[in-house]
Amino acid sequence: MSESNPPPSATPDKALEQVAAGERVSRLKLLRESYLYYSFKRDIGVQLCLLIFALMVLAALFAPWIAPNDPYDLTQIDIMSSELPPFWVDGSDPRFPLGTDAQGRDMLSTILYGARVSLIIGFGAVALQALIGVVFGLLAGYLGGRVDALLMRLADVQLSFSTLMVAIIVGAIVQASFGRATYSSYAVALLVVIIGLAEWPQYARTVRATVLAEKGKEYVDAARVIGLPSRRIMFRHILPNAMSPIFVISTVQIANAIISEAALSFLGLGMPETQPSLGSLIRSGFDYIQSGSWWITLLPGAVLVVLVLVINLLGDWLRDVMNPRLYKN
Amino acid sequence: MAAFLIKRLGHAILVMLVISLVAFAIQNNLGDPIASMVGQSVPESERAALREQLGLNDPFITQYLRFAAGALQGDLGNSYFYREPALDVILRHLPATLELVFAASLLILLLSVPIGVFAAIKPRSLLSRAFMSVSILGISVPVFLTAIVLIQLYSIGMQFTLFPGDTGWGAWLNGLLSTQGGLPAFGRGNQLVHIVGSWWTNFASLDGLRHLILPAISLASIMLPLFIRLIRAEMLEVLQSEYVRFARAKGLHLRRIYFLHALKNTMLPVITVGGVQIGTMVAYTILTETVFQWPGMGLMFLEAINRSDIPLITAYLMIVGVIFVVTNTLVDLVYGLVNPTVKLTGSAA
Amino acid sequence: MPLLEVEGLDVRFALRQGEVQALRDVSFSLERGERLGIVGESGAGKSVAAFALLNLISRPGFIHAGSIRFDNEELTRYSERQWRRTRGNRISMIFQDPMMTLNPVLTIGAQMIECLRAHRRISTSEARKLSLARLRQVQIPSPEQRLDQYPHELSGGMRQRIVIAIALLLDPDLIVADEPTTALDVTIQAEIMALLLELCERHNVGLILITHDLGVVSQVTQRMLVMYAGRVIESGPTREIINDPQHPYTQGLINALPQMTPPGQRLNQIRGSMPSLAHIPSGCAFHPRCDFAQLPDGSPRPGCRAQVPPFVDSGNCRVACHMVRQMQQLDLEEATP
Repeated sequence: MSESNPPPSATPDKALEQVAAGERVSRLKLLRESYLYYSFKRDIGVQLCLLIFALMVLAALFAPWIAPNDPYDLTQIDIMSSELPPFWVDGSDPRFPLGTDAQGRDMLSTILYGARVSLIIGFGAVALQALIGVVFGLLAGYLGGRVDALLMRLADVQLSFSTLMVAIIVGAIVQASFGRATYSSYAVALLVVIIGLAEWPQYARTVRATVLAEKGKEYVDAARVIGLPSRRIMFRHILPNAMSPIFVISTVQIANAIISEAALSFLGLGMPETQPSLGSLIRSGFDYIQSGSWWITLLPGAVLVVLVLVINLLGDWLRDVMNPRLYKN
Repeated sequence: MAAFLIKRLGHAILVMLVISLVAFAIQNNLGDPIASMVGQSVPESERAALREQLGLNDPFITQYLRFAAGALQGDLGNSYFYREPALDVILRHLPATLELVFAASLLILLLSVPIGVFAAIKPRSLLSRAFMSVSILGISVPVFLTAIVLIQLYSIGMQFTLFPGDTGWGAWLNGLLSTQGGLPAFGRGNQLVHIVGSWWTNFASLDGLRHLILPAISLASIMLPLFIRLIRAEMLEVLQSEYVRFARAKGLHLRRIYFLHALKNTMLPVITVGGVQIGTMVAYTILTETVFQWPGMGLMFLEAINRSDIPLITAYLMIVGVIFVVTNTLVDLVYGLVNPTVKLTGSAA
Repeated sequence: MPLLEVEGLDVRFALRQGEVQALRDVSFSLERGERLGIVGESGAGKSVAAFALLNLISRPGFIHAGSIRFDNEELTRYSERQWRRTRGNRISMIFQDPMMTLNPVLTIGAQMIECLRAHRRISTSEARKLSLARLRQVQIPSPEQRLDQYPHELSGGMRQRIVIAIALLLDPDLIVADEPTTALDVTIQAEIMALLLELCERHNVGLILITHDLGVVSQVTQRMLVMYAGRVIESGPTREIINDPQHPYTQGLINALPQMTPPGQRLNQIRGSMPSLAHIPSGCAFHPRCDFAQLPDGSPRPGCRAQVPPFVDSGNCRVACHMVRQMQQLDLEEATP
């Protein structure tokens, strides 16, 4: 091919630059003129959700710097100031605006650190799910035949068992085989793997459905006719068409992953109490609900609900606006 | 019909094969039957002999076939903790879970259809919007948290002092928000009525029903909004269809169009999704039963995990697998009966 | 006294971007037993007009203004209850795609019987008998068996016969058929059209046939309307319009027919495409595509761009075009001195 290249034009580099620059400008312009941006600008509720979500992510991310105390530092904990209520209840202490838990840890700090753990696991698990799901979905849809049958049967079985159930079972197996102590020290990584393994079928199904729809189209035939390798056709030609449904289900999946993590932790199969996520905070607070210290369990619960709610609302909005061809039976 | 059943049976066998393999792999790798049978003082040579005698040195396939053959005859091993057949332990806990699931399903069925249909027929009404807002909130609250909030509000009771003033409006609003509590939130109560075998029911006494209220609402709380949203979305789509327009062009009454023409088509995908959701429901019983200390299979399973009671864990997996397979087959059968385009011969027209 | 008289019908859709006018000042009339064709490209508003006649325009669309007089009654003032009694009973409708118009989960019989029982107080067995008679009229083989079958068990042509049978069930005065053969196989199209024509003639039923197929219109209808961008631009006896179209758009449509082009030559197309209803050009909506509306230097003729052309009579036809009006004025000026 290179021998028969036409002679280069006078200033090929400059032309390329212009094309590149033009593309960059037009991408930004495209975004600003897009329906997505337009409906975002008009919808105050969605803006509010994004703002809350961004604030929560930032607060969680910078928890070590903005939290008044370090809940992991035992020297900062004073058992004398345990079970203090939040500021709007009589008997509160101004040092602890959201009160303290049974060990005297500052609720605000534990919640910030807990949200951090929950978000790390949520995003990590979704990244893993997406990776597994996209690869399996592409393979199943593009190769078809036995690979497809095997992968989709597996997905069916997992889905009919429900992702939470699979996560609980895998969590139980992993905990039983590693022992609780080992499990605790690698809990974040293990939970990412557990939730990632449990929920990949959602992605795989969506991607597969797109591949099946796109595979028959002429541009794929054309790519095949000019002899492009399968891998290139799958990733560069077909996958881009699946991006908007992937984007939409990702928001819902992050919310699901955070809830799954919280559920596992609540059952004692997740984060240990020494390194609590929102779920384990709720679990440890639940023991004190009967003694009237409702805030130890309900405050982290409220934060969890707000976090999941704004993600779900953003997901709903995205689904309406992008209107992707989602997988349907 | 026969072909349909054979196809479903093949599918069911495949699923059970996968589940039993997983269950056996767990048992094979994690459980040590010798340790549970003999004391620590038994010398290694004796253990090895016992191992040989029990066939634990046989190839994986041989051991698996032995396990599967036992499972088919109802032998799912002995629970380490209860010191009795795992199947008996599970069957003892099964009725509590089934009653809880039944009560929750009843709530879901009775509420989701009318609310979903209403929200689709009158999408702009204030009430529909309220339903949809509450339902997205419902989806975002994890089951165990709903349960905890319900316990705080209706079992313990909560006094709100959000509004100032000991008398007048403030007090009235505070009183409106505050709850008395008093509903039971622990176990099934002690006024169960015996039906048959290990089945004691909550449905036959007032106290039993009172014990059911909070767990059933908690369990229903996550599915109900899902179903409402699903029914609404499907119904909205069906209402856009040509055949609904044609039905209107025939001069039919709106009632008939909504509740016969549209609803019947709406329920088809809902039935399918409902079948899948049964699996999720079983998973949620673990959470609900843990919060309410409801003595069902879910609580039993979690305790088995904490006690590393491997045979009970594997037995639970097998039984849950059977429940899924049976319900999914039933759902498919119902779907086939309702949907005329599916001939129950296995091929869709 | 015509059976149907539509005056200044104006249908709008309230969209997020603002109100969009789907029908503008549409007027036409229909005698009892007469057959009228409505022709135009997709997006011209033909189907909207059809649905407006039955008040079946769904949100966000609504009838903004105009009158629909049917058998001396003003339909636009009808209550929903009166509409319900009219639909399917006195005016019935045939939809485009028979695969979509029959409810997949109800038997053919159920869908016929419910229609009869919605309008007449008769027993199910009587309704069944009447349905059977109609199925025989539309020449469906073994009709008794069909009553208990579901739509998916029948072919497209068969289903459209059933839809026609449903439309005729209650001996309506008027049938509105929206592209009744477009979705069918070409071989069946002529059969179904012939059947519809024969039944309308036999029962003296008025027919409004909405189509983009000029061939069908010329065979079936006595009068026709040509619609463009929500407006009627030409109307009159079908034969005259087909033989001597006045409006440049109608001329373009007829020239674009394959039989108007000698073999081996490219088909004559109208350049450009139908504007979307949200962006209708000013003045005569057709002016960006019209040869007449272009001055020799390529710029649009100011009159065509500025002013909506009024209707002028041309023989038995009515045309909305500046060119036709100018020609007539020239003729007049030549004639007067």
